[in-house]
Amino acid sequence: MTVDRWLEAARADAERRGRPELLPLLDGLAGATRALRAAAWLDKADGPTPRPPAADAEADGR
Amino acid sequence: MTLADRTIAALAGDIGRAGVTSERITEACLQRIVDLNPRLNAFITVLADAALAAARQADHEIAAGRRRGALHGIPLSLKDLLDLAGTATTAGSRVRADHRATRDAVVTAHLKEAGAVIVGKTNLHEFAFGTTTEDSAFGPARHPLDDTRSPGGSSGGSAIAVRTGMCIGTVGTDTGGSIRIPAAACGIVGLKPAWGEVSDDGVVPLSAQLDHVGPLARSVTDAWLLYESMLGRHQAPGARLEAAPASTLRLGLPRTYYMARLDPEVGRVLEAALATLRKAGVAIDDVPLPSAGDIAPVYLHLVLSDAAAYHADTLERRPGDYTPNVRHRLELGRYVLAEDYVRALRGRAVLRAEVNRALDGRHALVLPALGIPAPPLGAATVDVEGGPEPVRNLMLRCTQLFNLTSHPAITIPCGATSSGLPVGLQLAGPPTRDLLAIAHGVEALFAHA
Repeated sequence: MTVDRWLEAARADAERRGRPELLPLLDGLAGATRALRAAAWLDKADGPTPRPPAADAEADGR
Repeated sequence: MTLADRTIAALAGDIGRAGVTSERITEACLQRIVDLNPRLNAFITVLADAALAAARQADHEIAAGRRRGALHGIPLSLKDLLDLAGTATTAGSRVRADHRATRDAVVTAHLKEAGAVIVGKTNLHEFAFGTTTEDSAFGPARHPLDDTRSPGGSSGGSAIAVRTGMCIGTVGTDTGGSIRIPAAACGIVGLKPAWGEVSDDGVVPLSAQLDHVGPLARSVTDAWLLYESMLGRHQAPGARLEAAPASTLRLGLPRTYYMARLDPEVGRVLEAALATLRKAGVAIDDVPLPSAGDIAPVYLHLVLSDAAAYHADTLERRPGDYTPNVRHRLELGRYVLAEDYVRALRGRAVLRAEVNRALDGRHALVLPALGIPAPPLGAATVDVEGGPEPVRNLMLRCTQLFNLTSHPAITIPCGATSSGLPVGLQLAGPPTRDLLAIAHGVEALFAHA
């Protein structure tokens, strides 16, 4: 699910439940989720074969 | 200096001699609570009668030659997140108004074994889910040097109590910085041991994978004595923590991320502290943490989800019993997607590997503990270099990494702003015992600066 679709659904849910106080917090969480998903270390199905972080460290000579 | 203002190490050396008794020390702390707690709101529960009875018992045992160790007869407090049999563990919340602990937390039991005198349970940010100790069912705690400001949190009452002599030492918890943030803000020592080292049995969780239990104290030696007893290893009076020699130390500074977004005055104090270390022969070099920018999003997705899971039932049944801000954050956690939680777990492992790489060839990392002075109560944002930033983000910024990576971390006072608000320097990385030795050596340099 894209962040935009998730945010739209979450905002609708909060409003339906009468919790408008959550709307700015959901906007903030959406920003954090976008940042998380943009992280350089994230594995992706069309990317390189994943390696565990410990293997990353070994590859660096530790 | 009164008995209430001395260190555990000093009192342990004098107790039972020259008229120094546990009862007198305990009375001094209880009087300080009477004098200051109405203004500072550090304590939720004060156990005056029980404390005095325990103090008299300690004096009796010490006089009879049955000394249990350095903490015997020393007045301590517990963050009101830890069980003490026969008392409520409120977690600062109306949700737990009817709670009554039927047994001690493991840490509480260890401290009782050591002969410590428990004077009370301290105020906190509700369920430890905040950094200012403002959102508590028992009202906000206030900074001991400026009561218009927050003492930090979530262990805010604990830090106030130690700083002002309401007790000699205390136990806090740290999920994103909740020991180190208030310790730095109030000018005392705060230790987060390695994850899992100190038992969390009998401690109300926020996020079990990020929660740590540890001491707040007036010196590194006191933090060590408390830490040892929290593990059930009770040190003898006069036991000494060896200090790592400064001239042998090699520290790594993740400058790019951690020396940015600072209050300008705090930044100057920290640079002066680093200069003091260098002048004493400490080697400090800049180290990279390539994924530092991802720390906050990784942390947020884990802590929100874990907290929401723990509170799911009471959020449904008793939502009005939470303070509004804490309730909102707990409800927010219910919206985190499983796939993002898994991404955050992956990020946690990446960050742990990066910290290990940064420690390679170095004894510890050195960085700020808190990039701003204690913030005004009610402030949503504060100005730092680069513009205004939410208080919560800034308060967690320097500490939450080591909750994610599980590395031990400690804050020690390193100076103050021009208005007298304390600044803390953080050391992190090596095993807790080694970290304490390093911190002890660094603490001595600031004492002589």
